[in-house]
Amino acid sequence: MGKVSVNINGKDVTVDEGTTILEACKKINIKIPTLCNHPDLETKGNCRICIVEVEGQKIFSAACCTTVRDGMKIKTNTKRVREARKIIMELIISSHRDECLSCVRSNNCELQTLSKELNVNNVTFDKNIRPIKIDKSSPAIVRDPSKCIKCGRCVEVCHDVQGVGAIYNAFRSSDMEISLPFEAKLDDVECVYCGQCINVCPVGAIYEKDDTENVWDAIEDKNKHVIVQIAPAVRVSLGEEIGMEPGSIVTGKIVAFLRRIGFDKVFDTNFAADLTIMEEGNELLYRLKNNGTLPMMTSCSPGWIRYIEFFYPELLDHVSSCKSPQQMFGALAKSYYTQKFNIDPKDIVVVSIMPCTAKKAEAIRKEMNDSGHQDVDIVLTTRELGRMVKESRILLEELQEEEFDAPLGISTGAAAIFGSTGGVMEAALRTVYEVVTGEELENIDLYDLRGIEGFKESIVKIGELEVKVAVVNSLKNAKKILEMIKKGECDYHFVEVMCCPGGCIGGGGQPIPGNNEIKMKRIDGIYYVDKGLSIRKSHKNPAVLQVYKEYLGEPLGEKSHKLLHTHYNYKSK
Amino acid sequence: MMNLVSRLCGKINPISVKDYREYDGLKALEVCLFNREPNELVDIIKQSNLKGRGGAAFPTGLKWEFVASENNDTKYVVCNADEGEPGTFKDKVLLEGCPLQIIEGMIIAGYAVGANNGYIYIRGEYPRAKKLLIDAISNLEKEGYLGQNILGQEFSFNIEVRSGSGAYICGEETALIKSIEGDAGRARHKPPYPPNEGLWGKPTLVNNVETLANIPLIINMGPEEYKRYGTSSSNGTKLISVSGCVVNKGVFEVEFGITLREILFDICGGLKDGKQLKFIQLGGASGACLPEELLDTKLDFDELRKLDISLGSGAILVVDDTVDLLGFVKTTMEFFKHESCGKCVPCREGNKHIVKILDRIIQGNGTERDLDLLKNISMVMRDCSCCGLGQAAPTALITTMRFFEDEYNDLIHHHYKKDIDKLNREVIVNG
Repeated sequence: MGKVSVNINGKDVTVDEGTTILEACKKINIKIPTLCNHPDLETKGNCRICIVEVEGQKIFSAACCTTVRDGMKIKTNTKRVREARKIIMELIISSHRDECLSCVRSNNCELQTLSKELNVNNVTFDKNIRPIKIDKSSPAIVRDPSKCIKCGRCVEVCHDVQGVGAIYNAFRSSDMEISLPFEAKLDDVECVYCGQCINVCPVGAIYEKDDTENVWDAIEDKNKHVIVQIAPAVRVSLGEEIGMEPGSIVTGKIVAFLRRIGFDKVFDTNFAADLTIMEEGNELLYRLKNNGTLPMMTSCSPGWIRYIEFFYPELLDHVSSCKSPQQMFGALAKSYYTQKFNIDPKDIVVVSIMPCTAKKAEAIRKEMNDSGHQDVDIVLTTRELGRMVKESRILLEELQEEEFDAPLGISTGAAAIFGSTGGVMEAALRTVYEVVTGEELENIDLYDLRGIEGFKESIVKIGELEVKVAVVNSLKNAKKILEMIKKGECDYHFVEVMCCPGGCIGGGGQPIPGNNEIKMKRIDGIYYVDKGLSIRKSHKNPAVLQVYKEYLGEPLGEKSHKLLHTHYNYKSK
Repeated sequence: MMNLVSRLCGKINPISVKDYREYDGLKALEVCLFNREPNELVDIIKQSNLKGRGGAAFPTGLKWEFVASENNDTKYVVCNADEGEPGTFKDKVLLEGCPLQIIEGMIIAGYAVGANNGYIYIRGEYPRAKKLLIDAISNLEKEGYLGQNILGQEFSFNIEVRSGSGAYICGEETALIKSIEGDAGRARHKPPYPPNEGLWGKPTLVNNVETLANIPLIINMGPEEYKRYGTSSSNGTKLISVSGCVVNKGVFEVEFGITLREILFDICGGLKDGKQLKFIQLGGASGACLPEELLDTKLDFDELRKLDISLGSGAILVVDDTVDLLGFVKTTMEFFKHESCGKCVPCREGNKHIVKILDRIIQGNGTERDLDLLKNISMVMRDCSCCGLGQAAPTALITTMRFFEDEYNDLIHHHYKKDIDKLNREVIVNG
């Protein structure tokens, strides 16, 4: 690749050909303001806040979408540039409902930050805000168009990253808005509730449905036995919500915190993840031995389940019948656990803390009541837990670490890695290998399957068997597999699908911002947790073995089938 | 007046290949296919100094060179016939008068840049022209001038006609491309420019109708002969469409170098009913409003550029002094408010605020602050918008504020209601 020299504010800099002005400026420590630009998305050039002066040009250039030319002379900090940026900001603010004090994104709002940074201290334009029509139709996601600044990130992530296309640019000119087709509500369209739109929204125009109040109420209710499970990804992400470095592991502190605020028992979704491996691993073996539908695709990710139900219902047989760990936990909590500890199932409240917005919708699926009650009652996202931490005024970062309660809090390293793309596959293979061969798997770190890439594949030799596996994250990549199956070109045996880019650590309920750089750190945290555990294979989890012995019988047995497996709906488009 | 590009309009049956051939039609194409290499053609067009007639006046030969130098098996030629600029109807005359000449230009362009497929994107409001184009294409196909192995040569070229649905923005090349692809017409940022990545991501040459109609002439007469027309910076002729308060309205072909005064008085017979001129708007709704003092300006790209004015599409709207200046500007801005695609902030939000502020001034509630706001917004729109629509939208406002500043001031001071600023803002500053 060729090099070009440019001059920025009097300073010469040499960069690769094809570099944008924005990137070139970054190289010499100039941070050009951006709004519609997102590090993980394509450049759009919508907001124009990144404009700079280029010598010999009458009009400004947008730094995000202009590549540098050799000899280009760029000025980023002239009076003209500063004033133009301020006017652009004022234009944006004039149609944004800025109720910053009570906004969910206050202090984490890119518009707010930029307004401060660009020294906008007076908006001279008339305010012109859409009538406030907040869409609360979905169980997971709330949309407030009166705050939307039309940067286009959510549309891009929905169409180009997820391939779903639930939200669109509608109308044009000053009437242009980000909308659902024919002004439908979120609940009416093929939204999978992945929440990626929330993660990329620079302002508070789209956010998770807040269920924290329900949790506080449950805890306060003296007649309720309230238990909680936390998902693998939460423990490496919550720290960000309270100002810690991405990837910080705060498992023990979360346990201590949840106990402090009054949960009766603090359990771990990881326990159920181990259980999932037992069931799913055996399901895979069953399918392999009995000419079952292959490839088998994982079923932990509720956004993915909604996607295939909406868009490829004819391929649902490929999806494992296993419930997700959250739902396996709920079903066992309201059957095995209540029986063992003599609790009336109607008096127990099961709360889960998930990196995911789609989990809120999963919990209320009508088939998720195998215990005779709704298996999981309230689902919070990582962000909501962060909010509860702040509201409680307890300094989580100062708490002494504590251990999960037994038995539903005991887990292995295999479960820990569920939070990252590739983790479920790796965990499953660790178990399947040993079940099939009867030998111990020495090298259990399957590096081929790790990393943030969207599409990975590998061949694993298990005894006589060569198992061909693929790991995909983000729905656009899942679609590739589905299309391969449709064309009869798919020779994988087992495919792990995670709806969100990067897996659960990139879920729609995770701390914002959550770009790839941050996701990588969360993934590092996940594998660090795995490494630090003495047991790293699901079938070695003593609590899981005990549940089978005392209650479930065996994997894929009758009771397991009733409580831990499910079926899917053929939603019509 | 000249009779060069438009020489066949009205003279022949527009879709008759036979008629067209009688007037040297398709001779240029034959010469090209039999005797010229594609790169020679690019050179000829470069030498002719032909500049795009759609509005941006980009050197056509250079654009051809960009597309020709792209290494790609699939390339496209697009004829931009989405003539949507208010007051502009010169392409219509060519489309209805000599569609074969335009298509001949397109085929030559395809041969020169290495494209085998072309699209004519014609505005939905030109149903007659669209029908003529379709018939003309079909007649050329029958005669072997379009389709596989044209005239027995290796070169193949096909043309499809696509039609817009009335959105002004679709005349902007990237929005036009989106529209052909089947998406909503919305501009995108450049780069990549269409010659590198255009229709379906392939190298694409987008030329205006009038530009393409010039091609056969240049090939036939040779670039040196062609350059005898016009001025040193602007060669050839230009079709202008004149409307408004003027005796002779219509489309006229003029040689570059003619002054605006000559066009207005010698060709168009001056203002109707003995009225006085207020200004002419040059280039359509997105063009500059020029007062009488500037009428001696020559129709010449460089000379206009010196005045910070663009010739645009070549439309001239003649406005007499009975017009309500701010009302005129507001109407113009309302047009752009309606036609903005809504993608980028300056255009989406700016047009809206400008209309509102102009309205306030017209109602007698304007203040000095409003003039500042108008200046600020129009500056940001011109300098920061993503595409030509937003950049050119405030031109009428900017130029009338420049040439008729007093009228804006009068309106504000005459109606100035004391303390209105405070009333609106309710700001109390202590101390």
